[in-house]
Amino acid sequence: MDISKDILLEIYDRMVTTRFFSERINEFFIKGIMHGTTHLSVGEEASGVASCMALDKGDYTTSTHRGHSHAIGRGMEVIKIMAELFGKVTGCSKGKGGSMHLADFDKGHLGSNGVVGGGFAIATGAALTQKMKDTGKIVLCFFGDGASNEGSFHESLNMASVWKLPVIFFCENNLYGVSTPVSKSMNIKDVAVRAKSYGIPSYIIDGNDAVEVYKTTREAAKYCRSGQGPVIIEAKTYRYLGHSKSDECEYRCAEEVNRWKKKDPIIIFKNYLIENNIANQIEIKRIEDKALKEIDLAVEFAKNSPNPPLNALTEDVYA
Amino acid sequence: MKEMTYSEAIRLAMTEEMRKDENIFIIGEDIGIYGGTFGVTKGMIDEFGEERIKDAPISEAAIVGAAAGAAVTGMRPIVELPFLDFITIGMDALVNQAAKMRYMFGGNEKVPMVVRLPGGSGTGAAAQHSQNLEAWFCHVPGLKVVAPSTPNDAKGLLKSSIRDDNPVVFIESKLLYNTTGMVEEDPEFTIPLGKADIKLEGSDISLITYGRMLKKALIVAKELAKENIYIEVIDLRTLAPLDKDTIIQSVKKTGRAIIVHEAVKTGGFGGEIVATIAESDAFDFLKAPIIRIAGVDIPIPHNKELEKAAVPSEKDIKAGIYRLLNK
Ligand SMILES: Cc1ncc(C[n+]2csc(CCOP(=O)(O)OP(=O)(O)O)c2C)c(N)n1
Ligand SMILES: [Mg+2]
Repeated sequence: MDISKDILLEIYDRMVTTRFFSERINEFFIKGIMHGTTHLSVGEEASGVASCMALDKGDYTTSTHRGHSHAIGRGMEVIKIMAELFGKVTGCSKGKGGSMHLADFDKGHLGSNGVVGGGFAIATGAALTQKMKDTGKIVLCFFGDGASNEGSFHESLNMASVWKLPVIFFCENNLYGVSTPVSKSMNIKDVAVRAKSYGIPSYIIDGNDAVEVYKTTREAAKYCRSGQGPVIIEAKTYRYLGHSKSDECEYRCAEEVNRWKKKDPIIIFKNYLIENNIANQIEIKRIEDKALKEIDLAVEFAKNSPNPPLNALTEDVYA
Repeated sequence: MKEMTYSEAIRLAMTEEMRKDENIFIIGEDIGIYGGTFGVTKGMIDEFGEERIKDAPISEAAIVGAAAGAAVTGMRPIVELPFLDFITIGMDALVNQAAKMRYMFGGNEKVPMVVRLPGGSGTGAAAQHSQNLEAWFCHVPGLKVVAPSTPNDAKGLLKSSIRDDNPVVFIESKLLYNTTGMVEEDPEFTIPLGKADIKLEGSDISLITYGRMLKKALIVAKELAKENIYIEVIDLRTLAPLDKDTIIQSVKKTGRAIIVHEAVKTGGFGGEIVATIAESDAFDFLKAPIIRIAGVDIPIPHNKELEKAAVPSEKDIKAGIYRLLNK
């Protein structure tokens, strides 16, 4: 499978945008200038972004509490995401959702979710629509390793498999659910093993390799589109920062973090682009500069945007 | 008495009870090394080990259900969920199983378990992490519902909840965790469930509240005392069983009642208190209609200003009181 230069560079662009975005948000929380909480994807940019980039226009995504990479991966406007985290009326959810509630229905992004496991059944239902209306579109459902221990995971996979619904259940396995390692929350090493009990195919991939993530997702999407039912992809990855704001990470050792930092998804992908003569240092630098500038502008935009008016308080409860 | 935070008082209550009774254990997500979402169980794993400070998979249906199963077979589990909102996933276990086992099986079972739930808004975590759903639990016979507002009450009531042979939903207000107060150190000190506490005596108005709104109510009451308006502040502490006597006696004395809670107004527990007064002989003593000051009927928004506006402020409480007095 050849991937066009345009797509590869767009993946790189959205990955570094996610990285810079997350680092900036982390700063804001450390300085205490941001209200609420956040879950950052630093270290997980390849799995979150390259998978979204493998979708076609009109396909859908459901995301998790750790959803900035998915929002950016789906091409949501960074200014609107930033403004949302600042709680401003110009945000994608008019300032009412915050970090865990980013959505863009026009782009097929059905939203991140504050409830772990909240996306499984939503994705299943969205896939049911595609099947009933014969749209040829599919749904990509992100979830964490920890989320696969929710009952909704098992109920949704069973339903999607027996009805042969076009949904990719995409696990970003970062080895922990908050402080709890996979080894203490399930009796298996790989979440993908669970596919067996639903009679569906699964892949286990290096989630820090953007090319592998992209190719596998394309292949799985093709399978789903052909009407054969759901697929699990398990992407092994790692988060560098704490679970959310104020996490001392006492449950894991610095050595483990450093080991993963040596497999940084952005550096791996950058090297791939250069070694394969897809982009040179200057082009790479240009993408990075552009991404940084975009974040700066987004921060400016968000800071200068107004709060929602007080009468917005009771708006939008009902349609 | 010793000064400590609400959070420390809860930890102390569990620690004291666990030292006495080895059937007690805590089950929840990330309550071990991590110390729980709000740090309440921090350090407890050092004393009690992994077996009794049990980190569970992210499986609320099984966590609450397993607690019920353990409870009917000789253990006394304490469940901690990261946020009250996620009890929705454990609701079958709580409502259809735990709450009904005793009655359904002809009174032959006991279900001694506590479900600790951090509730309320104010942290900016938005709609799925900020709810006050106490009215739901109160609507289920078989459940007891406790909502302490001070560190001392938290300690005394949690100890009684742990010793109780029924499922108890223990609602902790997350904005109270870091507030401090004087707490009884005697390990035998408890506060009985089902007894309200008059936090401030007064003659003009009965203000009935619980949880995080108590603080605001007391501030308002002290301010209004300067205007010679004397408010009696009743902290319910336990919502089920409800201490109707204390409410009724107070309203008979003052002739005016105002109810303040953080939860949304429609279908909120305030309605139950209004009905309790209206159905009692306190009704004949009323000099004005009863007023509820409660949360706006909306999901909690992320934006700080909106989030604040979604719950009663001191100003709202004061305005309600003036309305009650026709001022
Ligand atoms: C139903 C529910 N239970 C618990 C939580 C608290 N919580 C938020 S994120 C999280 C860990 C999720 O782990 P995982 O699915 O592996 O995703 P990760 O955070 O590692 O990306 C937990 C327990 C929640 N938000 N929703
Ligand atoms: Mg995880």
